[in-house]
Amino acid sequence: MRIGLFITCLADTMFPDVGKATVRLLERLGHAIEFPEDQTCCGQMHVNTGYQRQALALIEHHVHAFEGCDVVVAPSGSCVGSVRHQHASVAARAGRTALAERATAVAARTHELSELLVDVLGVTDVGAWFPHRVTYHPTCHSLRMLRVADKPLSLLRAVGGIDLVELPGAEECCGFGGTFALKNADTSSAMLTDKMTAVLGTGAEYVTAGDSSCLMHIGGGLSRLSSGTGAATVRPLHLAQVLASTREQPA
Amino acid sequence: MTPVDLGMPMVAPRGVGHLRGEQSFPDAARTALGNEQLRRNLGHATSAIRAKRLRVVAEVDDWEQLRRAGETIKAATMARLDEHLARLEQAVTARGGVVHWARDADEANRIVTALVRATGCDEVVKVKSMTTQEIGLNEALADAGIVAYETDLAELIVQLDNDQPSHILVPAIHRNRREIRDIFAEHMPGVPADLTDDPHALAEAARLHLRAKFLSARVAVSGANFAIADTGTLLVVESEGNGRMCLTLPETLITVMGIEKVVPSWRDLEVFLQLLPRSSTGERMNPYTSAWTGVTPGDGPQEFHLVLLDNGRTATLADEAGRSALHCIRCSACLNVCPVYERVGGHAYGSVYPGPIGAVLSPQLTGVEDNASLPYASSLCGACFDACPVRIDIPAMLVHLRARHVEEREKEHRLPSAEQVAMAAAAWTMADGRRFARAGRGARLARFARGRRLPPPLSGWTASRDLPDPPQHTFRDWWRDRDDQP
Repeated sequence: MRIGLFITCLADTMFPDVGKATVRLLERLGHAIEFPEDQTCCGQMHVNTGYQRQALALIEHHVHAFEGCDVVVAPSGSCVGSVRHQHASVAARAGRTALAERATAVAARTHELSELLVDVLGVTDVGAWFPHRVTYHPTCHSLRMLRVADKPLSLLRAVGGIDLVELPGAEECCGFGGTFALKNADTSSAMLTDKMTAVLGTGAEYVTAGDSSCLMHIGGGLSRLSSGTGAATVRPLHLAQVLASTREQPA
Repeated sequence: MTPVDLGMPMVAPRGVGHLRGEQSFPDAARTALGNEQLRRNLGHATSAIRAKRLRVVAEVDDWEQLRRAGETIKAATMARLDEHLARLEQAVTARGGVVHWARDADEANRIVTALVRATGCDEVVKVKSMTTQEIGLNEALADAGIVAYETDLAELIVQLDNDQPSHILVPAIHRNRREIRDIFAEHMPGVPADLTDDPHALAEAARLHLRAKFLSARVAVSGANFAIADTGTLLVVESEGNGRMCLTLPETLITVMGIEKVVPSWRDLEVFLQLLPRSSTGERMNPYTSAWTGVTPGDGPQEFHLVLLDNGRTATLADEAGRSALHCIRCSACLNVCPVYERVGGHAYGSVYPGPIGAVLSPQLTGVEDNASLPYASSLCGACFDACPVRIDIPAMLVHLRARHVEEREKEHRLPSAEQVAMAAAAWTMADGRRFARAGRGARLARFARGRRLPPPLSGWTASRDLPDPPQHTFRDWWRDRDDQP
């Protein structure tokens, strides 16, 4: 199956290793990846901050870039959430009926990584090897927008050597919320503090999730905390990187 | 008949009631976050209610169908709200009640004040009511020399302390029992000198205090949870029995009700009386459900007035993407599951309607610009939508109201804000693959920012979080190099 990779603007510019891991994982499972080079950003930041008119151009661009793909995958619950739950309605709100229809068609073929693996490709054991203590944070949009449920956990449970520990209060938001972290920085930090306490309490070496953005938030907080105390910290690692890891090529 | 253009419906007026805060949400939240006692009280209370709610909701096999039924009944009722209200008026009048229509808070306050004055009384007892808090009725009555006594225990605590409610269902959720003991000791007349913070002792003190009011009051003021258009019946659900006292003992009963509270028939209550108690207090059934229809000679209040309040509700109804905020049955489940509410409390929202539902309802009742920071007071985590018993898609509505705010700003201001410029620049860059690729490579320059604090508005990030190290290359560069390899 030829799979179009929607890398997301954040992973492209800040976390390319997440994209490389996604490619390595899917190729290892025998699939060909194409990367539509014209892709940029799904426009979620604009939509969620109120700039729907500006987002419209990005949505049109995204639809155009991915219309040719049979299946699209992104290593992000949040960006897939935007594609699936926002693109068509933003277009419709602007009276762009034809664009809304095209966006709906692309959205129907777009999957978050764990959805693609479990629902479309039908695999839970991806042959990964990751001999570390790991805790999983279900990101809000993967959990409550996409309803991925325990798909990521079933993938993680099948990873060789892994010591998967439950995260207390896992379903609570880490406080990122895109521009929420800037506009309501104090409240966001209070939410992050509680999430970090839960993560550190697990004694895990790694905290994993399906979204680079939430991991950037949690990881940024943990890094600041450890630079204050000098203590070893829990490292953020994307789900794709855990699943791509093997004995021969560890993450 | 020629249609008459009545113009756009009006929003709730300024200068009256409690729908607008003095500070923006981020400023008010900052103050609240500094209060550790408040955070402990809220964390304790909301987690207890959350657990209780989950337990009783799990008992109901058809909970999701009930939610969909609740959503459907509300949507269908709103679509013909004018007809249902006219039927309600007719039924209430036929049973001896008097119906008054109030376009806004000022008019409602004037109507109620005049009705109380006509009885010759200078005090009223009150059943807990969000609507009368919304319009600032107690203050309006006080201005007319009429004392209003709140009889719900938590409302009483808030009123004695000259405070404002911070939760729709648990108005004193921000107080613990030690604080409540101190409020009673200081403000409640005749309270025993050795009052302890034992919950039973506190409840007993309140009972004795309130009993005197119930027995002497000749006028009561209430809100309503539901009004049944078919029969003209009003309903109040409550837990303490104070409502039952107020609704039966006085000679005159005045009910102030938002126009969205009407339901077509008794059958609809089958759905809502299952959804509401489980979602609000985490109970299977609420202890007291009082229903009354007009006036019954020789039994209960002999004079009944129903004040139907708009105060921005028709304006809310006019927004297709926002109108389902009117479906709210005031259960507070969204407050209790909200990670933002749990940390900052209700006062930070500046309105009697706090939490996620307040963040979508208050800006619509007042006009978005008068509460412009509220739609942003959410990380869009979606917990509120999952908890809502009538499936109000609060996250989607928040996003819609943010757009309304930006678009209204664009219309009003000629000079764009820094945010508008940044958003426009980002959109321009990202609407083109080549421009975006160049910008991505340029992002490596951000390396210089490493270890430094970023300027506002980005300083909010670096105050408590590090930025990741920018990578050596973007993904697309890696992909291209990989393609080039033989």
